[in-house]
Amino acid sequence: MPVTISIQTGSNVSIYQQIVDQVCAAIAAGRIAEDEMLPSVRALAEELLINPNTVGRAYGELVREGILESRPGRGMFVSKRRQIDSRAERTRRIDQAVCSLVSQAFRLGLTADEIVEVVARKTRDMAAGNSKHGGGGSR
Amino acid sequence: MSAHTDSRDTVIETKGLTRYFGNRKAVDGVTMSVPRGSVFAFLGRNGSGKTTTIRMLLGLLEPTRGSSAVLGHDSRRLPPDARARIGYMSESHTLYDWMTVRQCGEYQSRFYPRWNERIFRSVVGHFRLDPRTRAGQLSRGERAGLSLAITLAPEPELLVLDDPALGLDPVARRSLLESMIYVTRGDSRTIFFSSHLLEDVERVADHIGILDGSVLRACCQVETFRARVRQFLLRYAGNAAPPAQLPTLPGLLHARRSMGELRLSIAAVNDQTKQLLRTLGASSVEELPMAFDDAMIGYLGDRGERRFFLEDTTALETAGGRS
Repeated sequence: MPVTISIQTGSNVSIYQQIVDQVCAAIAAGRIAEDEMLPSVRALAEELLINPNTVGRAYGELVREGILESRPGRGMFVSKRRQIDSRAERTRRIDQAVCSLVSQAFRLGLTADEIVEVVARKTRDMAAGNSKHGGGGSR
Repeated sequence: MSAHTDSRDTVIETKGLTRYFGNRKAVDGVTMSVPRGSVFAFLGRNGSGKTTTIRMLLGLLEPTRGSSAVLGHDSRRLPPDARARIGYMSESHTLYDWMTVRQCGEYQSRFYPRWNERIFRSVVGHFRLDPRTRAGQLSRGERAGLSLAITLAPEPELLVLDDPALGLDPVARRSLLESMIYVTRGDSRTIFFSSHLLEDVERVADHIGILDGSVLRACCQVETFRARVRQFLLRYAGNAAPPAQLPTLPGLLHARRSMGELRLSIAAVNDQTKQLLRTLGASSVEELPMAFDDAMIGYLGDRGERRFFLEDTTALETAGGRS
């Protein structure tokens, strides 16, 4: 299984969220392909030494988001890329996220150029697959 | 608190459970329920009453007041068939020192109609115990491993572990976690365990109960706890000093002042709290992410308000009505 998920305890990000984030990042970076199967809830829980319910909830969230799909009797698979949201909805959501990011960056005293630079760097990092968790990671 | 739920959904239920030792209140009015199928971490500082509560649950100690029921039976009158469905591992790992590891298993197996020798051997193997070693020669961690093997082999429906990680080295701790996760393979098995190791709790628990100075102060899902215990950073323009006196903030755990900044840890955050924060004259109010262990340490810290109670259903703010 090429999916490598690693869990950090004592992180600002809950274990549930770490799984969601890492699966999303792996798909975005092409490290897991469409139609590829993920480890079962049980297998991932035992590998990561975490409560299976936590994995189950993370997978459930990814299924609701249309990122994974559960094929009964077979397992959990990466969905074919679909635009589940309308174009308008996507625009609205990304606007909202960008707006809060930019206003916070200005508050922290970054210049316009610096903000663009930070976003570009992060985008490259995530595409290359060496993303850190958002929200600060471990202390 | 809701009315008594029936024992199909709830494996442990206590009502105002109280125990005095002389004049000292060891456990004070604990009302909680443990859902079937949960991995429930029972937390609190040393001397907060965890072991006393566990002993009352299992009928090993009489409560001064209040009651508890386990698997639908009053703890004071647990019938033998219910007892056989409960696996209990105490802090002290009582074993016959002159028996070998293998003999300990054989001896125990006679008390249980359902004894899974494969589980016994695999746990013993996980902890790398030689079946020929005498119990008296085992280290603390190895004793814990043998105790755990004996507790798990009868495949109990309810597993009660009193500080199972106490004195374990990192390898043994890992084996313990593996064993606990293995147990959740069985449908509707419940694990109730006390611990001080917050990383382990974060990994395996889905529910927590928090005892603080003999009083229960939270009984909820781990997610609920994380969602309600939060940290805020208030910034003051021009490095101005934050106000010396704060208004009453429900659930304030901790306040830390520095140049132009005020950091507040607050339990039981709601919209009202956020409105109050906006009245403190800060130029910005920002929420900071908080790790589970920090939230727990804040919750159990020496300072802070103690009048709130965290639970899943109600949107409690100050739960004065609970006492």
